[in-house]
Amino acid sequence: MAVKKFPVEASHIMMFARSVGDPNPIYYDEDYAKGTEPGTIIAPPTFAQASAQFDPDYFLRPKIGEPWFGSGKEPTGIKRESGGGGGGGGGGGLHAEQHFEYHRHLKPGDVLTGTTKPGKTWEKESKRAGKLVFSESVTEYRDQHGELVITARGVGVRTERPVDQK
Amino acid sequence: MALKASDLKVGDTYSECLVEDLKRTQIVQYAGASGDYNPLHTDEVFTTKVAGYPSVFAHGMLTMGMTGRMLTDYVGDGRLTKYGVRFTNQVWPGDTLHSTATVEEVADGIVKLKVETTNQDGTVVVSGYAEARVD
Repeated sequence: MAVKKFPVEASHIMMFARSVGDPNPIYYDEDYAKGTEPGTIIAPPTFAQASAQFDPDYFLRPKIGEPWFGSGKEPTGIKRESGGGGGGGGGGGLHAEQHFEYHRHLKPGDVLTGTTKPGKTWEKESKRAGKLVFSESVTEYRDQHGELVITARGVGVRTERPVDQK
Repeated sequence: MALKASDLKVGDTYSECLVEDLKRTQIVQYAGASGDYNPLHTDEVFTTKVAGYPSVFAHGMLTMGMTGRMLTDYVGDGRLTKYGVRFTNQVWPGDTLHSTATVEEVADGIVKLKVETTNQDGTVVVSGYAEARVD
């Protein structure tokens, strides 16, 4: 993921906080926020993940005029090349880990850039999902002054088959 | 609002119920806010017929986000310095989640917490850690 310009906006923070079920007024009420220790609306701890909205190539967002693998008339809009398997997938696999380091907390008006570097990859055998292939990536979010604000490390996993629920 | 180091002991816990009977609509809401529109989370037809799961399931990041609410309620606004998790089991519509932070260490103005979120069967769905500045 490379994000050239991620403007942190108050209404986006409000919608994000609602979606994770967090009623804390510091995420939407400017007057309330003034009386808190940060003194301003801030973003919830996992908000940086919403940088996906500003990644032009983010593949888990339908794009105008392009095929989409979700259902329409058929269960999927894209024919899969390999038959079966690829469980948990249909694109992207599953999220295995996520880590954030906060150098400071985000606030409306910040304009971030995110640069992502691939990290380690490793494999593991799982009874519930077959061969697991893990891959790590590290994203550094910098603000409008070039200061590092959040370091995010994500680990994705591709499973050989869907994760057994038993 | 913020925690005082002198009030904290190793083994102290703080818990919250994150959600009762998780609704598909909340998962849709998270998809819209986060920008992660993976059909595995919102498209029952795709998820059951193509991906082979019994139903749509929550984004791991939705559970991490809900767990983050428990943490910021505990440590105070703007106090977290680190927060990381492993997604150990999937979260499904209808799940009820509880989350607990346990104090592991208090030193140099930082509290280190173990973080665990479990579902109604006691299965751990998110396992991780957080660190926060304390007074």
